[in-house]
Amino acid sequence: MEVLSLLADGFATSLSPLNLMIVLLGVTAGLFIGAMPGLGSVNGVAIVLPLTFIVPPSSAIILLAAIYYGAMYGGAVSSVLLGIPGASTAVATTFDGRPMAQKGEAGLALIAAATASFIGGTVSVVLFTLFAVPLADLALAFGPAEEFALVLLAFTTFVGLGGDDVLKTIIMICLGLVLSTVGLDLISGQPRLIFGDLPGFYAGISFLVLAIGVYGVGEVLHTIETSKSAPQVTPAKLTFSELAAGLKAMNRLWKTMSIGSFLGFFVGMLPAAGATPASLMAYGIARSTSKEPETFGKGNIEGVAAPETANNAASTGSLLPMLTLGIPGSPTTALLLGGMVMWGLMPGPMLFIEQPDFVWGLISSLYTANFAAVAINLALIPLFVWALRMPFTVLCALVLILCIVGGFAPSQKMHDVWLIAAFGFGGYLLRKADYPLAPLVLALVLGPLMEKSFRQTLIAEQGNVFAFVERPLSATFICIALLFFILPLLKHLRKVLRKDVSAPAE
Amino acid sequence: MLVADRVIALGIIALSAYFMWYAIALPIGWNGEAGGPGGGAFPFWLSLVMALCAVGILIRSFREQRLLDPFFDRETMRSVVAVAVALVVTIALISYVGAYVAIVLFLLWYLKIFGQHGWVLTGLLTVATPIFLFFFFEVTLKILLPKGITEPYFIPLYAAFF
Repeated sequence: MEVLSLLADGFATSLSPLNLMIVLLGVTAGLFIGAMPGLGSVNGVAIVLPLTFIVPPSSAIILLAAIYYGAMYGGAVSSVLLGIPGASTAVATTFDGRPMAQKGEAGLALIAAATASFIGGTVSVVLFTLFAVPLADLALAFGPAEEFALVLLAFTTFVGLGGDDVLKTIIMICLGLVLSTVGLDLISGQPRLIFGDLPGFYAGISFLVLAIGVYGVGEVLHTIETSKSAPQVTPAKLTFSELAAGLKAMNRLWKTMSIGSFLGFFVGMLPAAGATPASLMAYGIARSTSKEPETFGKGNIEGVAAPETANNAASTGSLLPMLTLGIPGSPTTALLLGGMVMWGLMPGPMLFIEQPDFVWGLISSLYTANFAAVAINLALIPLFVWALRMPFTVLCALVLILCIVGGFAPSQKMHDVWLIAAFGFGGYLLRKADYPLAPLVLALVLGPLMEKSFRQTLIAEQGNVFAFVERPLSATFICIALLFFILPLLKHLRKVLRKDVSAPAE
Repeated sequence: MLVADRVIALGIIALSAYFMWYAIALPIGWNGEAGGPGGGAFPFWLSLVMALCAVGILIRSFREQRLLDPFFDRETMRSVVAVAVALVVTIALISYVGAYVAIVLFLLWYLKIFGQHGWVLTGLLTVATPIFLFFFFEVTLKILLPKGITEPYFIPLYAAFF
């Protein structure tokens, strides 16, 4: 087994004292960020990214991945204790987690969430390890035509599966792509879209500036709006007898948890889907296959286990296309991708060949992060209860300061700080009007790759547009992309047709 | 909500037009010799798609007449605008009086006036935050935050830590 020896080498990297400390630190920070209502993994990674200059690049990515991981665990905490999802990914956890807390079983619900997250995380990390090498090998055959087709496919999943308004989704994708072209033209080197002749635009718009603006400042404004009164924290205490009872209860839920893990992993790989829909689907399946579906929503432990396995599995699943293909599976992994590019680690199949130490170090750190997260999560529950009492006005003030300073630090230009404020206000308004933000961030990160691969292909093929469908792999991707693109049209058509048929009968 | 939808759609159309105006500085058509589109093509045509979608939203909003909740209620509007203004003022101040003064003023306003917290909490955070920022960014990362007119006061600190 070649994979096992690679993984063993990886552990040699990830178990070094520095990286081990970083994993523990990242997971703890992630747990708190995830537990704070309003702040999820994507906000955590966006705000913390500029602070990671303090460690070497490979450790910085491990730190961010650990935060991502911890935040997935942490999301359940506020779902249970406050009844407010700590992040959108933990919405489904409130359905049964909150009723359990109200029945006085908050501790049990938290144990269930942590164990389920651990199972989901472990299963998906194993799947990740198995799929990573074959997928990276497949991706080695990719030329620019395939790259373009794959990016196109990633965007069309938002149109076909995103569930948001189609027109608004397309607008956000285009806006992200146009913003990504600001700066110097990749092929000719000429400056373009230098708004107001400001020198700051020559360097382009960094993904970090958009992410801090939208997920930092925009999120704070959104939180100010949605949280006018301080929430009520349900006390939770944890005893060893409760822990034993919880583990015993979880032991009966293997079927639910394995469905949740596999479902989460594969749904998580799709850019438009990710952890939130995966957890909702897992919840739905658990309820419909249950012998007593009427107990769901009233505090059934299975209703906590199902979404929590799925959302953790999905977060690992979305790392897979990011690392092997260079196409992120979620907004958070898009930020990780941006961070890696910033540090000169270009994700994609070549990374597996050129930087095996880093890749396998990162993968093995997911195993360590998983163990660390479940232990720290259970140990720190009293601390979470205390931290959740922190007033929003304190949290928001500190996040805004971090946004300003963190936005300034990488480029050391006030220009970027102003852009962050502008993106924050714009993102807040767009989000309020139901424009999806994930495609915007993904488009800005993938924009340069998309344009470069498109134009490279055409230059290499002397302007032959059919070059994209002449190669089997890229033709397949383009076909699936087209299918996703017309999916909403078909849905609409069916609705119209059905209305026509049923109208005379009424 | 309906009005806000239209205003935002119009805003997007204006933004697209602005982008297109800048994009035509480079060739937007097919680049005959080199093969493939010119440098301005990508932003130009994507902005056009964006504008067309916004027009679609605009048309749709006139076809369906439904009254939904107002986009802003008065109280939300006040607190969101207050924070937004405070943020803009803070960023503007950073260039003149430096990050440390601006951040302290921002925290004082946010915690004491906006958040109505006690002096103990406000004082603790307004003192601790700049100290943390100084040690994290300037001492550890060697990233100098803007100081503006307060630059001379930091020279003894630089001497002590560098």
